[in-house]
Amino acid sequence: MKNYIQNLYKWIDERVQLQSLVEFMGKKYVPVHRHSIWYYFGGVSLFLFIIQVVTGILLLMYYKGSEDLAFESIHFIMSKVEFGWLIRSIHSWSANLFILAAMIHMFSVFFGKAYRKPREVTWLTGMLMFFMALAFGFSGYLLPWNELAFFATKVGTDIAGDIPIIGKTILEFLRGGEDVTGATLSRFFGFHVAIFPGIFTVLLTIHLLLVQRQGMSEPLFIEDEEKYEKKKMSFFPNFLLRDLLLWLIVLNILAILAVFFPWELGTKADPFAPAPAGIKPEWYFLFMFQTLKYIPANIWFIEGEIFGIVLFGIAGILWTLVPFWDRKSFRGERNRFINYVGIFVVIYIILLTTLGWLT
Amino acid sequence: MNEKERESKRLFLKSILYGSLTALSAAILYPIFKFLKPPQQTEVEVSSIKAANVNDLEKDSGIIVRFGNKPAILIRNANGDFKAFSATCTHLDCTVQYRKDKGIIWCACHNGQYDLNGRNIGGPPPRPLEEFRVVIKGEEIFISKNV
Ligand code: FES
Repeated sequence: MKNYIQNLYKWIDERVQLQSLVEFMGKKYVPVHRHSIWYYFGGVSLFLFIIQVVTGILLLMYYKGSEDLAFESIHFIMSKVEFGWLIRSIHSWSANLFILAAMIHMFSVFFGKAYRKPREVTWLTGMLMFFMALAFGFSGYLLPWNELAFFATKVGTDIAGDIPIIGKTILEFLRGGEDVTGATLSRFFGFHVAIFPGIFTVLLTIHLLLVQRQGMSEPLFIEDEEKYEKKKMSFFPNFLLRDLLLWLIVLNILAILAVFFPWELGTKADPFAPAPAGIKPEWYFLFMFQTLKYIPANIWFIEGEIFGIVLFGIAGILWTLVPFWDRKSFRGERNRFINYVGIFVVIYIILLTTLGWLT
Repeated sequence: MNEKERESKRLFLKSILYGSLTALSAAILYPIFKFLKPPQQTEVEVSSIKAANVNDLEKDSGIIVRFGNKPAILIRNANGDFKAFSATCTHLDCTVQYRKDKGIIWCACHNGQYDLNGRNIGGPPPRPLEEFRVVIKGEEIFISKNV
């Protein structure tokens, strides 16, 4: 048996020089310091994304993306298909954990200023993937075609329609018409299973290639600290094995959540029924949604909602472009301002999310 | 051919190249954008519908009815009079309902409130609900757009 494997390896190696890849991996090191733990969250996000792809493809075998059949098909998956309830529950839970892990990953990179030269593109691709993850969440939320999702989508797309100038076009583009209907469902289905995964895969490939090529970033000034001596661990196999162990733990958490807190299906959407109480967006949109509630109906001459959207838009753009305006980190100097911004954003998100949750 | 001529020839070829590249991408992108824009459905503009029978509604109650492809709300107040409005909340598009306990029209999405004349009296809605005309012919209630 061993011989066969060796022969196979040799066969491939002769053709594509596998050996150099193995050597490259062997030479790659991961720095070890007291912030090393944050390095794992990128890997966790990746793992959860893989789970999404696998469970998503499985769900596709039974899901029907139309107004009359969507709800029924998921009901069918959950009640008739063996382990259907589990696959769907995992898909929903994993989606949420994925966004959580990606958020932690993003903030750790932000605070470590790992976006500074030469890793600007890694940060940019990461941010784009994060926005895509939110779009994945928003589009996937509608697919079961239940009441909550139907009205949440109405509200969410209506807010998008408030964007100055291009709002109306965006609204019609998203809804596939003036109202949220079966046409919207078809579109969201297409986005969710074809367009987004395609774009995401390209971004992910660039992101991972860059990480492998450039190695892990080390936080600035960690060298100053007295007791710190430069330690490192080889990526292969040491870091990878720890990664895998963590993946196993995450898988267990996921399984526990999916089994003991199965994702509800709710009641089927009826466009001619009043909106039920308790319409809330998914938790990762909650802080923005809650903010809109506090903005007065009119500020100067513009509508409060528009003001809020523009504000969040600008904030998002600034955040994404941080490698290009944080000149201090670029030069390798300490930049406390970035930390204050980061802390403010974290506290703001936690506070507003909690408020949104409680009310 | 001197240097100057060559230069202008190069410029000429370049502009042809970029010109045709632009034309090519326009030729590809234009149909895609047009394709993505949902076509205007030629729906028959509904202006009047039969909403319900008088006996369908008790006093002090309300129902959602179909007005074309949009929801409308038909309300019978405590005196037995009928009123009808568009049921689409002017805030963010949710569908409103009649709240018996408070005697108002209520939107569950963000706690928007309208009085029984459709005026926004609380919560985030920025405008009153569009009112429809109610005509009762014998037992049947018709509602139609105010013109
Ligand atoms: S949509 Fe009715 S109150 Fe917001």
